[in-house]
Amino acid sequence: MAYVTLNSHYSKTALTRMGMPRWLLIAAVAICATQSFLPNFMIRLPESWIPPSAQILDYFFNEIVINTLHFNELTRWFAEGPLDFMLGFTANLLEGKHRWPFLDDPLPWSAIAAVATVLGYYLGGWRMALLGGGTFVWTALMGQWKITMQTLSVLAVAAPLGFLIGLVAGIVAWKWKWFDNAIKPVLAVMQTLPFYTYLLPAVIFFKVGPTAGAIATTIYATPPMILMTTVGLKKVSPEIVEAGKMSGCTRWQMLTRVFIPSARSEILVGVNQVIMLCLAMVVLTAFIGMPGLGGKLLAMMNSFKLGRSLEIGITIVLIAIMLDQMSKAWVVKLPAHFEKGTPWHIRNKYLLFAIGAFILFLVSAQFIDILNEVGRRQSLSIGREIDGAIKGFLNIDIVKSITGFLRYVLNVWILVPFRDFLLWIPVSAFLLLVVAFAWSVGGRRPAAYAAVFFTLVAFSGWWDRSIITLYSVLAAVFISMLVGIPLGIYASRSEKWAKRTLLVCDTAQTFPSFIYLLPAIMLFGITDTTVVLSIVIFTTVPLARYTIEGLRNVPSELTEAADMSGATRWQKLVKVQLPVALPTMAVGFNQAIMFAFFMVIIAAFIGTQDLGQELQRTLAGTDLGKNFVLGINVSLMALTFDLAIISWANKRKEALGL
Amino acid sequence: METSPIVISCQRAWKLFGANPVQYLKQMPEGHGYEDIRADGYIAGVKDVSLNVSKGEMLVIMGLSGSGKSTLVRCFSRLHDITGGTIEVDGQDIMALSERDLIELRRSKMGMVFQSFGLLPHRTVLENVAFPLEMRGQDRHMRRERALEMIRLVGLEGRENYFPRELSGGQQQRVGIARSLAIEPDIWFLDEPFSALDPLIRREMQDEFLRLQELLGKTIVFITHDFDEALRLADRIAIMKDGAIEQCDTPDRIVLNPQTKYVKKFTEDIDKARVVHAGALADPEKTSEASGDPVQSDSTILKLSRQLVHDERAMIPVANSDGAIIGAMDRQKALEVLLGAE
Repeated sequence: MAYVTLNSHYSKTALTRMGMPRWLLIAAVAICATQSFLPNFMIRLPESWIPPSAQILDYFFNEIVINTLHFNELTRWFAEGPLDFMLGFTANLLEGKHRWPFLDDPLPWSAIAAVATVLGYYLGGWRMALLGGGTFVWTALMGQWKITMQTLSVLAVAAPLGFLIGLVAGIVAWKWKWFDNAIKPVLAVMQTLPFYTYLLPAVIFFKVGPTAGAIATTIYATPPMILMTTVGLKKVSPEIVEAGKMSGCTRWQMLTRVFIPSARSEILVGVNQVIMLCLAMVVLTAFIGMPGLGGKLLAMMNSFKLGRSLEIGITIVLIAIMLDQMSKAWVVKLPAHFEKGTPWHIRNKYLLFAIGAFILFLVSAQFIDILNEVGRRQSLSIGREIDGAIKGFLNIDIVKSITGFLRYVLNVWILVPFRDFLLWIPVSAFLLLVVAFAWSVGGRRPAAYAAVFFTLVAFSGWWDRSIITLYSVLAAVFISMLVGIPLGIYASRSEKWAKRTLLVCDTAQTFPSFIYLLPAIMLFGITDTTVVLSIVIFTTVPLARYTIEGLRNVPSELTEAADMSGATRWQKLVKVQLPVALPTMAVGFNQAIMFAFFMVIIAAFIGTQDLGQELQRTLAGTDLGKNFVLGINVSLMALTFDLAIISWANKRKEALGL
Repeated sequence: METSPIVISCQRAWKLFGANPVQYLKQMPEGHGYEDIRADGYIAGVKDVSLNVSKGEMLVIMGLSGSGKSTLVRCFSRLHDITGGTIEVDGQDIMALSERDLIELRRSKMGMVFQSFGLLPHRTVLENVAFPLEMRGQDRHMRRERALEMIRLVGLEGRENYFPRELSGGQQQRVGIARSLAIEPDIWFLDEPFSALDPLIRREMQDEFLRLQELLGKTIVFITHDFDEALRLADRIAIMKDGAIEQCDTPDRIVLNPQTKYVKKFTEDIDKARVVHAGALADPEKTSEASGDPVQSDSTILKLSRQLVHDERAMIPVANSDGAIIGAMDRQKALEVLLGAE
């Protein structure tokens, strides 16, 4: 009896779910078809309807936050006081800036490379030692030491700061449910907000230069740390908690001696993410004039010096891999005991060794110049030669015709028509389409969000640019699906290739997003196609990755059952593996869309006509209001997809019992 | 045992889980059963339990999973706050304690061992054992001294600097035991301490545990789902079902005289002769009917089986450990225990 009622209930909801999106779709098509007869406001909202949100926000920031609350004095105090001091300290050590502790010379590169080698060996044996030492040796030899240290000196302040803020906020969110509920949506918006929106407020509240860069970087990198801390603390086994209570811990002792140490792994994963996001962001702070690797790369790309760009790109990638691998090795490195009576110097041999190597190189650098600094002339940079080679390669007729053809096909047959089509759809029809999509995919709740979010976008006054942004995202994700999913399916056929491809994807995901522009620019120069192509490269990675993960994680009983039922490889793939893997693949698809929204904004500097372009323009001025409106637009569009797809994936997973 | 002071006194204790348990309990009609409560959206973890634990006694709480035994022991140590009734430890109502007093009570009087050990993964064996001492602020030298002593006691000498993950399950539980004993607690809670271990190790740990108890003479509340383990260790057994105590008695009497169907089901497959002692069958009123050499009251019937078969007396006198005759045992009854009555 119960079964029957359950069943009828199910079919009823299924009916409304199938019905409503279809009606919305029909309505949208009807509006499109009859648009020449429709009143103007259904096609584009008239100018007079747009509320002056940017001005209101400006008023809020200028009059209330700055002139009344004098919030900027607090932030400026922080920027000019403690933050400036910390940045000055690392800058003095690493770049030799004239700040406290007033060392005349920066630390010699050889000493830093030596310490990185020992640290690498401690964390992960010879391979890691080679990675750690090699990265710094490469950097020094390529004559990029100074700019690398400029980047790392900011990172060395921003990452610990992000860690600390994230840890404290994570603990608070774990302890007080209301805080958790309050910050969840904020974090969701923050993770989809384009980075330009972090940069301008940072500049306005925290001064131009490294301080603003450090703040923007910190804020950008903190959300995952908060989430991981909360997750880790929640996961501490109840028996350990009870053991702590029965040992008579006070609340403070519980937190510091029981909870935090027991959540070590998750917290360290958070540290890893903080470091990687900091690196990604610190490179992007080039857009507010921060010197360093990002700044140099931006300058080189702007002047189309591909060889030097490539070298800097390799440095950034090496640093990313090194930081990622080392922090991940730290997560899995669990303490091991020493036999009783092991003397102190053996227990601490790595520490002693690192100090020894550091001092050795520090001293010898005073006498051997090349260990201290690799001069301009001495560096092994062959940027100019590479530049020549790349440009020569691109000038070969065949290559030229291939890239030209690709560009033509993409532009004329796919991209431009698609863009024009999206722009042709009236606002009202577009809203209906988005809601229909969210409803059919995610259900009622995501549909409601979609309706609200896109209405807000429509009333922001930036509809056309928003649609162009959306067009780049959709086009790019579509193309990368054509590449990434077959790639993932193919790779997942053998254990060996699945592992290799996953390794490549995981490594590629640690690269700062800025790097992905490089190959696209190399192949297509500075054109519209480059924007889409760089997004395609960037988003293929998560698609391939999650396809493999989804397919590899199909329970082996299922594939065996399919084999025993006499399924061909194709049948097995289509009827068994893909349906089961689909929820996981959807997560990858979602990530691809999020990445695309991120990348499309970065790519703005190549020259687009979307929100990113406008956002970038605001950086030059003090248009906080406009900057926010544009940023929120991107965030709202991204969240619409995020909510719908994740909701679908979760429902599907539940239905499949995964 | 009746003369020993009562350490834990639990009177009509309730523990309900749900939205608003205190309110619900107040207005709940008398005689509401487990299922009725469940239908109202609440789970009765502990249902109207009254129980005393005397000093130096080993009380084993036995029940299947979900019977509320772990919840009950957590109420004794106030890891759970009870919903109704009172629980007194050394005459003090623990629900009335402030947080500080509660911490003090745990730091000075209570030790607990957990099923999955509950060891802190980032601390060595030594640091784990010394943890409760550290919490109460003992100086480093003293707590090291004491922790080493405990480690020696549980036979883990030489492994002080190992980390929990470097030890086997049995060894990890020894660490858990050493930790729970570090503060010299008066009351020792053990929550299924041997359930996560494989059968051979379990047996070994039980022997070890009996040795420790002989040495230390603590007041013990021991939880298990294993009836054999309960019979082996207990002075008294409390059998729980659906949060309530079905029967609380000595092993002999539970086996000889199960009071509910549920308890009877447990005792059916038990070899009673191994559990029942001569003392439990001794009837003081019939002392005059028996004559000749007495048997020891703490011998099991199994141990006496040869004598029971060959002895021709109808009544056999039973003597306690001091040699005083405490009663007479009906040989026929004893044989019925041995052979299983039809």
